[in-house]
Amino acid sequence: MTPRIVELRQGLLKKNDQLAAALRARFRDARLFVVNLVSSPGTGKTRLLEETLTALKSAGHRPAALVGDLETDNDAMRLARSGAPVRQIQTHGICHLEADMVERHLAGWNLADHDFLFVENVGNLVCTSSYDLGESCRVALLSVTEGEDKPLKYPGLYNSADIALITKIDLAVACEFDRQTAHKNLLNLRPGLQLLETSAKTGQGMTEWVDCLLERRRAHLAGP
Amino acid sequence: MHELSIASNLVQTVTDALADSPSVRILRVRLRVGVLSSVEPESLQFCYDIVTRGTRLEGADLEIITVPLAIRCPACQLDVDLPKHTDLRCPRCGQPSGAIVRGKELEVESIEVVDPAEDTP
Repeated sequence: MTPRIVELRQGLLKKNDQLAAALRARFRDARLFVVNLVSSPGTGKTRLLEETLTALKSAGHRPAALVGDLETDNDAMRLARSGAPVRQIQTHGICHLEADMVERHLAGWNLADHDFLFVENVGNLVCTSSYDLGESCRVALLSVTEGEDKPLKYPGLYNSADIALITKIDLAVACEFDRQTAHKNLLNLRPGLQLLETSAKTGQGMTEWVDCLLERRRAHLAGP
Repeated sequence: MHELSIASNLVQTVTDALADSPSVRILRVRLRVGVLSSVEPESLQFCYDIVTRGTRLEGADLEIITVPLAIRCPACQLDVDLPKHTDLRCPRCGQPSGAIVRGKELEVESIEVVDPAEDTP
């Protein structure tokens, strides 16, 4: 018997990638800037998002959010206090969000009513990096409590990010967090990565973060 | 741990690709996995053995080709392989570059099959 080779060269995430591309086109038509927030559990994604939604709303913007967790709608209830429309995505055991989950949870929303959509991914530093959600910008959080070498341990995720946000910066001294090394590690993993430091609790760096979002949205809408 | 869903996608991809030739037997599936793909080859192999049971891929070998990370160096004007995937700078000249040209793949490269007429036990 002579075996023959069938050449395929097909990505295993093709379906997700196609759906994400279709979402990206819809978001663009609606002039909606979409941010995918990724990190390990406990870096403060929800707290950051609470403050971000509140700040954007008070500046006259129209943000909305989807929040992914394995179970419970606790985070959606927390975020809804900002007054922004929020929906919970419960993955029931799946460790990441996929484009079709995002699409299904947008049903009934008029995208053009909003200018920012935040997608808070499931807390996971590995699997979330493989799935394109159609976002305009991927933001990876690193909290000072995790240590400056965390990015080196999970290179795939930090490499896939457009912005790295070092969170809980108010705790940096107490945690003996080595900022310089953290910056170096992140930039080695992804040259050109934009770095910001925030504390959603004290407000430190929050103005720069919100300004960065506004600037990125402007550039995104003006872009090709 | 998303290798189980990746393995299921693999079965679907191969099954779809061979839908027009229902009688060929699949001997081997060749997969290209980049070092930055966030997929762990060992757990993928483990999940593959489970999800292929009762499918056309049952018993077919899974060959995983690991693709090292390579960047395009703007200074050298060359694609260069990197020894370490946590330091994206050209090993020749030291220039950092985020222009990844290889190392994020997660794709079926090819399928090795045998046609039924030739498939004598």
